[in-house]
Amino acid sequence: MISLFTAEGLSGLLFLGFIGLTLAGALIATNARSLIRSVAGLALCFLGIAGFYYYLNSPFVALMQILIYVGGVCVTIIFAVMLAGSSEVNKVSRHNVLVGPLAFLVSGLLVWGLAGLALKTEWHSSIFYVENWGTVANLGQSLLTTYSMSFELISVVLLVAVVGSLVLARQGRDK
Amino acid sequence: MMDILLLSNSLHTYLVIAALLFGIGIYGLVQRQNFIGMLISAELILSGASLNFMAFNHFLAPDPTVGQIFTLFIMAIAAAEVAIALSIIIAVYRNYKSIDTEDVTDLQG
Repeated sequence: MISLFTAEGLSGLLFLGFIGLTLAGALIATNARSLIRSVAGLALCFLGIAGFYYYLNSPFVALMQILIYVGGVCVTIIFAVMLAGSSEVNKVSRHNVLVGPLAFLVSGLLVWGLAGLALKTEWHSSIFYVENWGTVANLGQSLLTTYSMSFELISVVLLVAVVGSLVLARQGRDK
Repeated sequence: MMDILLLSNSLHTYLVIAALLFGIGIYGLVQRQNFIGMLISAELILSGASLNFMAFNHFLAPDPTVGQIFTLFIMAIAAAEVAIALSIIIAVYRNYKSIDTEDVTDLQG
C-alpha cells in the first residue's frame, strides 16, 4: 500500500479522476436528453481519454486528442446541433418500450465478454523493449519513412471527405 | 489485492475501460433516436478502439510508435467521418425538417 502523499500516490489519484471523467462523460453523452449536453459529455470523455494517453507515455497523441476531438469534432457537432437540432426535451419517445432494456442487456453482455477476455488472457510483453522509443522524434521519422504511403493516403481521404461534405451540404441550398 | 493507486501501471485497467467505452457506445447507438446522438455514440466506440491500441502499444508492442501512429490515423478517419456524417445530417434535415430516425422512412409506407 503506497501512501497518498507521494508522487506515485498523487498520480494514481489523478488517474482515478481521469477514469471517473471518462466514464461520467460517456454516460452523459449517451443518456442526456438535450443534444448540447451530450456533446458536452463527449468533450469531457475525450479529455479523460487524453489523460489516459498521457499516462501511456505518449503526450503527443494526448495533445492531438484534445486538439482534434475536443477542438474540432465537438465544435463541429455543436454547429450541426445549432443548424439542425430539434429540441428533444419534451418529446414523447416513439421507440418500443423494450428498446432501452434490450440495448442495456446487449451492451452489458458485450462489456462482460470483452472485459472477461481481457482479464483472463495471459498477456506476454515483448522481450526487447527499448525505453526511449516512441518519442515525438521517432513518431515523425516513422511517419515519413515506414508509414509514408499511409500518410499520403490519409491526406487524400481527408481531401475527398472535405470536398464530399461540401458537395453534400450544398445540395438544395439555392432553393 | 491490487493497490488502487497503482491502477495506471496495469494493462488490464485500460482494457476494461476501453470495453466499458465500447459498451456505452453500443448502448447509445441502439437507444438514441436522432442521427446526431448516434454519431456521438459512434465516436465513443472509436475512442474505445483507440484506447485499446494505445494500451497494447505501451505494454506489449516491441516498437511503441506503431500504436501511436495507428491512433493518429483513427483520429483522421474519425474527423473525415464526422464531416461526411454531419453534412449528410444537414442534407436530411433540409429534406425532412427533422433529424429523428423515425421520421426518415420514405419506403416504409
